[in-house]
Amino acid sequence: MTNKTGPGGDVRLTGIAKTYGAFTAVHPLDLTVPQGSFFALLGASGCGKTTTLRMIAGLEEPSAGTVFLGDQDVTALPPYKRPVNTVFQSYALFPHLDIFENVAFGLRRRGLKSVKKQVEEMLELVQLGEQARKKPHQLSGGQQQRVAVARALINHPKVLLLDEPLGALDLKLRRQMQLELKRIQTEVGITFVHVTHDQEEAMTMADTVAVMNAGRVEQLGAPTDLYENPRTTFVANFLGTSNFIEAEVDAKTGEDIVLKAGGGKLVLPEARCSAPAGTGGKVLVGVRPEKISLTHADDAGEIPEGRNRITGRIADSSFIGVSTQYVVDSPVCPDFEVYAQNIDRDPRLVPGAEVVLHWNPAHTFGLDAAQDADAGVEEAV
Amino acid sequence: MSTLTEAPPPLAPEAPEPKPPKRRGRFMPYWLLLPGILWLLVFFALPMIYQASTSVQTGSLEEGYKVTWHFATYWDALSAYWPQFVRSVLYAGTATILCLLLGYPLAYLIAFRAGRWRNLIMILVIAPFFTSFLIRTLAWKTILADGGPVVGALNTLHVLDVTSWLGWTAGDRVLATPLAVVCGLTYNFLPFMILPLYTSLERIDGRLHEAAGDLYARPSTTFRKVTFPLSMPGVVSGTLLTFIPAAGDYVNADLLGSTDTRMVGNVIQTQFLRVLDYPTAAALSFILMAAILLMVTLYIRRSGTEDLV
Repeated sequence: MTNKTGPGGDVRLTGIAKTYGAFTAVHPLDLTVPQGSFFALLGASGCGKTTTLRMIAGLEEPSAGTVFLGDQDVTALPPYKRPVNTVFQSYALFPHLDIFENVAFGLRRRGLKSVKKQVEEMLELVQLGEQARKKPHQLSGGQQQRVAVARALINHPKVLLLDEPLGALDLKLRRQMQLELKRIQTEVGITFVHVTHDQEEAMTMADTVAVMNAGRVEQLGAPTDLYENPRTTFVANFLGTSNFIEAEVDAKTGEDIVLKAGGGKLVLPEARCSAPAGTGGKVLVGVRPEKISLTHADDAGEIPEGRNRITGRIADSSFIGVSTQYVVDSPVCPDFEVYAQNIDRDPRLVPGAEVVLHWNPAHTFGLDAAQDADAGVEEAV
Repeated sequence: MSTLTEAPPPLAPEAPEPKPPKRRGRFMPYWLLLPGILWLLVFFALPMIYQASTSVQTGSLEEGYKVTWHFATYWDALSAYWPQFVRSVLYAGTATILCLLLGYPLAYLIAFRAGRWRNLIMILVIAPFFTSFLIRTLAWKTILADGGPVVGALNTLHVLDVTSWLGWTAGDRVLATPLAVVCGLTYNFLPFMILPLYTSLERIDGRLHEAAGDLYARPSTTFRKVTFPLSMPGVVSGTLLTFIPAAGDYVNADLLGSTDTRMVGNVIQTQFLRVLDYPTAAALSFILMAAILLMVTLYIRRSGTEDLV
């Protein structure tokens, strides 16, 4: 248990799996969390993200595989011997100890005698210096949350594990704490592994996000990568909203794939296609609602060349202030969603109007057509 | 005050309705308290007053007793029977500690480890209540009988040599010794220890154990620093529920003990029912009550449980 996080302090999971009887909570999984990064495990409830976290903490014994912290194999170590600390979902603060003693708990267990200075500094970091002698139940939810973070961080763990730490807070406080946690992480430079079901939270805070589904990691990458270039429909739907068009590969021209959908042609950069795209093969073409522009069919001639375009009729529109959300009925896709910023609103864009939807081909992504286009829609929050 | 009474009028016409229910509600708590208060008055306060007056009476059975404010009875009773007082506290205290030592692991097991066996074990803990207290104590007389298997086994293992040397048993006998009385007390009051212990242990959030482990506390430290402190309300109520009735008990000492193991309860019983010396018996009862109250107050003060509720 060194306080220094030397080089090579990565968390490495190799072939880690967890089964409960016949149920497999986590399928054999390889994962490396680089030292000093803010890593998020994102997924719906029951996807195995918390189980994975608990296996790193030692609170759950893996059925197979190995957990490495840096070069050390910690798989067989009980939690109290691992240089890892956890912020629990409901904080699990000790109700019989005051805030000071809660925060000092880990230091005292490791035999440190003079903890006063460290505890005070840590309480200062989470802005709770005044509350040191209060009992946990006298604090608000947000304050308790900060105590839980302080209690874990003061031990300078190699990795800080956060199990849905903001789940119990209301929306406004949650936003505030997201920024706060991000600030603390940058300040202390400790590896954070954060489990959440809130995609916005994961994207706001983490450097790297691993999207989990049914005990497997669907995709891993930086938030922008995951959002802009999802490789499965689950990721595309779980992170935000996506429109899908079923299309057939027509030809390849240089770095682009040309596809046929309905009567028209669509262009997709080959680098953004995660499906095997042989001529005549099927591909699911995806595009995010906010990438699309709407033009009234009468002005179709004004649309610049080189943009992907499809036609349709506005089925529904709802004004939500910053933007207007349209549902467009198109021959290639029945419920095409389009979010238009309210900059110059065209009064002709009302339900029933014939429109052309067009977007930059660079915003298109291609997925394997064999999967369910609606995967992950219901799980997303 | 006058400004306050004048200020509300703008609101008053709008809300004249809520007044009648409010009036009825004001006396409601007292009505709900009434049965309990009447019960306490008839079955607790009146007997207490009667006993108090008895304790300061003098006279004889033939001539009748009169209140003469003869407080010397208290002093006489105490100086005559102080060994029984000391013995009562000693036996009840030992039985309480034994109950705690036996009951805590069992309560811990039921609360955290029993799983689907939890209900069954709970029923087993409560099961003895289905038979009479007296019958069960009499059964102990058979269990500890001279020449019985228990005594035989203890003799073979030379345990009785040690306990006899300590003065807990006498020779080859267990029955009619302090050990038998303490065993009987422990047995009879064990459920009263286990139930409150279980209730307070069961309320502890299992994640606190995980959190302690996560913060470098080995299991034994987790118990010392988290589980045990959080179970203090159960420890306090369990020890009170055991010690208080055990200190006044006379059945165990009567059935399992001898004249050398008489407790205060036995003395009170004899004075009331055999000697018919009512003033002494009443005075002893009050001394016992005062002693227990004093000890309990000191105990609760020391264990500082008011923070934990």
